[in-house]
Amino acid sequence: MDFIQDWGLTAMVFAPLAGVALMMLFPKDADETHKLVAMGASLVSAAFGIAVFADFDFDNTGTLQFVKSTGWIDVINARYDIGIDGLSVPLIALTLLITPLVIIYSWNHFPEPHNPKAFLALILVLHTGMLGTFVAQDLILFFVFFEVVLLPMYFMIGVWGGPERQYASIKFFLYTLFGSALMILSFLALFFLTGGETFNMVELANQVQSMDIARGTQILVFGGMFMGFGIKVPMFPFHTWLPDAHTQAPTQGSVILAAVLLKLGTYGFIRVALPILPEGAEAWAPWIGLLAVIGIIYGALGCLAQTDMKRLIAFSSVAHMGYVMLGIATLTDFGLNAAVFGMVAHGLITGMLFFVAGSLKERYHTLEIKRLGGLLLSAPRMGWILGLCTMASLGLPGLAGFWGEFPAILAAYQPKEGLPVELFRGYMVVAAIGTVLAAGYLLWLYQRTAFGTVSEEFEDDENITDVQMPEWIAWTPLLILILVLGVYPNLIFKITDGSIVNVAQSIAAATGN
Amino acid sequence: MFAAETVEAGFFLEHAYLIPLIMAASFGLTLAIGKRLGKHASWIGIASIGACFLFAIVANVQWADYVHDTEHAAEAKSDTDDHGSEDTSDDGHGDEDESNSEDESHGDDEEHSIGPVLPDDVGPTVDGETAAARAPPVEAAAPAVPAAEGEEIEIVPITKTWTWWTNGTVEFEAGMLLDGMAVMMLFVVTLISLLVHIFSTDYVAGDRRYTHYFAFLSLFSASMLGFVMAQNTLQLITMWELVGVCSFALIGHWWEEKPNSDAALKAFLTNRVGDVGLLVGMITLFFAAGQTFDIIEINTLANEGAITHTALVVASCCLIAAVMSKSGQFMLHTWLPDAMAGPTPVSALIHAATMVVAGVFMVARMYGVFWNGLVIGGSSINFLAVVGGVTVLGGAGLAFVQSDIKKVLAYSTISQLGYMVMALGVGAWTAALFHLFTHAFFKAGLFLGAGSVAHSVHSFDMKKDMGGMKQFMPKTYVTFMICTGALIGIFPLAGFWSKDEILAGADQLGSGYSAFMVVGTLGAFMTAAYMTRLIYLTFFGEFRGGHHEADAVVSHGEEDHPVDEDHAADPLDHADHSDHHGEPHESGPRILIPLYILATLAVVAGFTNIPDSGVLSWVPEGLALQFEHLFEPRGGYFPSLSEVGPTGVTFAHPKFDIAIAIGSSLVGFAGIGLAYAWYFKGMGPHGITERSKIAKAGHTFLVEKYYLDHLYTGIIAGGVKGPIAKAVNWFNKKGLDGIVDGAGKSAVVGGKFVYNTLDQKIVDRAVDGSGLAAEGGGQAFRQMQTGKVQQYAAILFIASVVLAGTFIIVI
Repeated sequence: MDFIQDWGLTAMVFAPLAGVALMMLFPKDADETHKLVAMGASLVSAAFGIAVFADFDFDNTGTLQFVKSTGWIDVINARYDIGIDGLSVPLIALTLLITPLVIIYSWNHFPEPHNPKAFLALILVLHTGMLGTFVAQDLILFFVFFEVVLLPMYFMIGVWGGPERQYASIKFFLYTLFGSALMILSFLALFFLTGGETFNMVELANQVQSMDIARGTQILVFGGMFMGFGIKVPMFPFHTWLPDAHTQAPTQGSVILAAVLLKLGTYGFIRVALPILPEGAEAWAPWIGLLAVIGIIYGALGCLAQTDMKRLIAFSSVAHMGYVMLGIATLTDFGLNAAVFGMVAHGLITGMLFFVAGSLKERYHTLEIKRLGGLLLSAPRMGWILGLCTMASLGLPGLAGFWGEFPAILAAYQPKEGLPVELFRGYMVVAAIGTVLAAGYLLWLYQRTAFGTVSEEFEDDENITDVQMPEWIAWTPLLILILVLGVYPNLIFKITDGSIVNVAQSIAAATGN
Repeated sequence: MFAAETVEAGFFLEHAYLIPLIMAASFGLTLAIGKRLGKHASWIGIASIGACFLFAIVANVQWADYVHDTEHAAEAKSDTDDHGSEDTSDDGHGDEDESNSEDESHGDDEEHSIGPVLPDDVGPTVDGETAAARAPPVEAAAPAVPAAEGEEIEIVPITKTWTWWTNGTVEFEAGMLLDGMAVMMLFVVTLISLLVHIFSTDYVAGDRRYTHYFAFLSLFSASMLGFVMAQNTLQLITMWELVGVCSFALIGHWWEEKPNSDAALKAFLTNRVGDVGLLVGMITLFFAAGQTFDIIEINTLANEGAITHTALVVASCCLIAAVMSKSGQFMLHTWLPDAMAGPTPVSALIHAATMVVAGVFMVARMYGVFWNGLVIGGSSINFLAVVGGVTVLGGAGLAFVQSDIKKVLAYSTISQLGYMVMALGVGAWTAALFHLFTHAFFKAGLFLGAGSVAHSVHSFDMKKDMGGMKQFMPKTYVTFMICTGALIGIFPLAGFWSKDEILAGADQLGSGYSAFMVVGTLGAFMTAAYMTRLIYLTFFGEFRGGHHEADAVVSHGEEDHPVDEDHAADPLDHADHSDHHGEPHESGPRILIPLYILATLAVVAGFTNIPDSGVLSWVPEGLALQFEHLFEPRGGYFPSLSEVGPTGVTFAHPKFDIAIAIGSSLVGFAGIGLAYAWYFKGMGPHGITERSKIAKAGHTFLVEKYYLDHLYTGIIAGGVKGPIAKAVNWFNKKGLDGIVDGAGKSAVVGGKFVYNTLDQKIVDRAVDGSGLAAEGGGQAFRQMQTGKVQQYAAILFIASVVLAGTFIIVI
């Protein structure tokens, strides 16, 4: 077990890269080999992950475990510091689950221009980047992983995407990069402000406290991080890259984007921004809350105006991430727990919705809502799955989505002491009204796509089949999780609560309340 | 308090949580293997609900034992050792080991235990007070409650909890809370559900989604049964929404037709509007009660005045919004008549007898909050009573202008739900629940009766396709008449007793609410009149139907109810029913037997709470007021036992008042008489709506349903999904994206400017470099496009790492 203790996380993070290296040895046209290698690499990574989880002390989720620290870039004291706690575990598990499922789904679904080798290699690189972000405990390491994710996604959209892929991919890339630039600036500012000794997150947090960095400075530095993470989330009004990227990306890209990539931003807030800069967070919180609730309503209204199913789902992410950000803005344990749950739930549910949308696109060759209809007649199982996902997405209790939404709304009733209570109660009411709009656009979508009769255009279309085997394999775990987490949310809350309580308490302590 | 320690609850009470689990399993099983069973798929559901019904009956019997045992034990105790409350409460702790006695003892010792406090405690422990000190001693409470002997003995609810989720190291629980009202609801829900299951096997036979239909009936039953036993408010919300989903699925059962799916959406969305109130209200209570979802604890604290009045008022008003949507109260009732698009048995089960009373039940469940928040005991008017009162009259008014039999019944349901809400508003808790109980039977009977008629004539339109049904369907006619009598409140049918209790209840708190007695009486008049109209149009006169054979497929949809069940009877779906065309005929046994049972209950259900006061003082004590005795909660979580709270007025029970009984009966008969004269005899100014402008305007106002649908669907919903959403989308494209694109474009322009003017002329040498770079980049891009991406991905990845490294070293 020593190996797992020391190197388990590292092995988990880099196993996919090893897979990429292996794939480079085989010629481009060895499709099957590439599929198997990619699948194998993601499974090896998952196996290491499971081994780590098996050894993880779940009674002590508040402390960092599997900590490994070795020298890396000594000139600037950046180290290879990794470790996980209750906050990272659910997100790592989500990532470990999603990537293999995406690979399975790809099995016979490679989008044009095909080329499985490149496609799968990109997915594996993405995998490493995402996992790395969730284990990094050093800001530079975190930043590198955070940015590693960018390139593969850029290529996935730009090469395998829809008709407007060029615009979408460049927009995605530049927009995110813009945020990252400000973010690294903040990291460097922190580094120099604290005497240039370390990039380690925990130590930085301690130093910021002990050196009593001025509130104004904290607010500025937090602002830089806010741009970096906020664009990634994405928060209103920095969300406009998202609908384009989602709509143009191939199904697999959309799924990964929705399921994991967006969470890097919210994770960054909870892991990096809040603990290191509590006073900055306190000053920013009302504004974050405001943008969050605007996002909830704005995203929902945007959804109502969409005519394309995939774009509608993409827009719904803006609204859903609004709940996550509202939870974060309250700076309480309720809100932060809800945020983490919301991340996982959104990953599962919206990931599933994109899967279904992708499969529909393959069958109908269009996702224009008014041309669809009668899905329950032409592909009843698919219709049921879509129904379950829309219900989960609108936050129905008993399904996973509820547990990201409700506690976030609850938390807004009583934000951290020192935050304007009346304002947050206003946010609470607006967020609650957002649930009505969410039900509106989702059920309206469902009515127009699944109910009714099949349009003449697709009446005898042989192409429209019900759920196929690879789809079943890829979807079943997600569907089960949506249900199980909805019925027994403690599976996640119990894990996250320990570290969330730490974060909330440290913020409360640092801001003198 | 003393009492519970020696009393054991029976097995079926302890394990009543199994009931919803059985139904949930039935849902899963029906979905999984139902298709293979074909028309036997219903047997899974019927067997399950049958088992649950038996379970519920035994649970009710055991509950009665439990209540009696508790009383006897208490009496015996107080006889033998007088003021021994301290000892006995200690004993109590020892005995109640089946539900976490450890936590309980902690609760006694710890200061500030805000955590999950056990409901089966002597009373939740808050703010360091010990339970023994806080629990109102019997002796003190007794004078304040001038009720029958033994009423002041606390009946400890039966609870069981499991960890559900965790936050801030506090564990929140899910569980079961079983007290009188929950046990009573178990009986009502399982019985009606069972009858509806049986009825449906005939009614929807041959339906193409037979399996799904029964699956959702099961899921609905599971959710509703879970709802009535919910231990905490969060669970209440969960089940509340789940019943809503089942309602959505069943209203939209024939979703091929757009009007049906529209109705389903309308129901769900209207309920979501109310749910905003539910969420906000429950959240307010959660924090006001010191971060707990526990229903008993919240109520107890509210009764003790430990929750600020402001919080209670806010919570009550928010929760009333939820009641308005779920229980079809005025302003948010518009979804309920549309919900009749669903199959008729569903209307009986969900949209008349059970789900729509969820709102009423919720108020009854959280009565400590409403009682104290709205100061029900000490005022003469409050929001809840007004909502109920307006609904009584508003719903009844609309029932007059419907030609669809189900819509008349739907508006009647709205009106009757108004009675229940009004009763709760005026402090007549028991009357409200009693009316809920009796109404469930006779209204389900009416709906199923209407279904039986419609099954025969393939239409719901009373004016076009019915008339004279009495001769074709004598058995249905008899049951329908009995249920109608019960609804109107004719002595001695069930509705008489419950409606009378509500009217008397409006008068009980020092005549404060007499205005609502007038409303209730007027409602009784209108009820009698519109039901007479319905009876006339359906069962008397000439048969107007029969024109259907010619154009069986043609929908005879009228503007506001294009929904009919013809496609259930569509020859394609209903091959085995094609022989039903022709003369209307009596329905088969699977339809009639439920009708007989419900009609019987419509006769006898009222006697469960027969009063023993006033002229009825001769009724023996053992028979009188059994409903109240068994099902009304007795404990600190219910206003009746709390010490005189902030309101200063104690909970009361109405006395039987012969004047009210006779008065309301006379009014009812007047309603019948007038309607009889108008419809049967053709007396009165018929055609006035053509002659008088005022009458015409009034009629139109009713036909247009007070224009609420125009407001909601047309203006609000249409506005949001039309212009408002489009404006947002435009802003997104032109506004926000415009900025982003603008920034990109100006960067390019800026770049060109730098390149053309500065670079070309000033930094000559750099030009070569950038040119090369551009060319290299271009080539890389071209090759990437032609398929060598994998290499470039790898190279770019390495490059990015190198770049990051360089970047780091440079600084």
